[in-house]
Amino acid sequence: MRETVSTASSVSHNGADASSDAQADRLTIAGRTLHSRLLLGTGGFPSLELMADAIAASGSELVTVALRRVDPSARGSLVDVLADAGVQLLPNTAGCHTARDAVLTARLAREAFDTDWIKLEVIGDEHTLLPDAPELLRAAEELVDDGFVVLPYTTDDPVLARRLADIGCAAVMPLGSPIGSGMGIRNPYNIALIRDAVQVPVVLDAGVGTASDAALAMELGCDAVMAASAISRAQDPVRMARAMRAAVEAGRLAHRAGRIPRRLYATPSTPNEGLPDFG
Amino acid sequence: MIVLNGQDSDVRPGETVAAVLARLGLQADARGVAVAVDGQVVPRAGWDSFALPEHACVEVLTAMQGG
Repeated sequence: MRETVSTASSVSHNGADASSDAQADRLTIAGRTLHSRLLLGTGGFPSLELMADAIAASGSELVTVALRRVDPSARGSLVDVLADAGVQLLPNTAGCHTARDAVLTARLAREAFDTDWIKLEVIGDEHTLLPDAPELLRAAEELVDDGFVVLPYTTDDPVLARRLADIGCAAVMPLGSPIGSGMGIRNPYNIALIRDAVQVPVVLDAGVGTASDAALAMELGCDAVMAASAISRAQDPVRMARAMRAAVEAGRLAHRAGRIPRRLYATPSTPNEGLPDFG
Repeated sequence: MIVLNGQDSDVRPGETVAAVLARLGLQADARGVAVAVDGQVVPRAGWDSFALPEHACVEVLTAMQGG
């Protein structure tokens, strides 16, 4: 029997130790280190049980919740289920159309969930659910002044993203395409420009339809991806949560690995040197 | 008339926020609950003492799946 040869030397090149490599590449938002670069929305799950299973499968540590009127007939407590899941809550201001409403909702969320993190949404149009830029800036400024950790849902406009970062937002969350549309990233060039334009983390939010959209976001340099409908409304949400997790990890690795440039013509991957001449 | 979560209610002026929460089946230590009266946050510490004025508009909110 042949002697076993140690293969350690063959995997000792840069970045080959997967676990320490991943540990060295943690995402930090407002001083909090996250092990997962996938943020999860809780909207759209048919049941709390399925939501809990999808959260576990996704590996996400930061999940969004909305604030709505108490329904005394509601069954099960979302807050309890999320507490059991051990995730950090990211309350949102979904449904707000003015800075005033968004600021009040953020303050209520701080009271309800004991967190000063807020995913700031100020919607300007019912059909596209696109953000209202002037109201968004106004609300962001007020909330940052009030000590909130503000993560604004914004358009894919690099100038607006920069303005939000300059105000003091902890991250920016540009959309890939309209909320729930599943249209993916309509303007990847703008997403790349946003990554260059700001120092804070960039979280691709909205429009993700399937795993390749999430991978593309990470390849473009985004620091994280937020997915809601893509997972909760998939035919099998738990399986899609696993797919998104893998896609975010793969996209991040590919970004850090550095892709080859695109070329119009072929570049041989096998050298011509030593090619035999068969006459 | 006091409006509670968008509905006319039989809550009387002078009742506390805590009393309104009890009507909704919520304890004073309920997790994930926030209250606004006339567009202002009523902090948890004030639920026992805050008496509702006449014609108050009360919003009692909690976590809902979303985002």
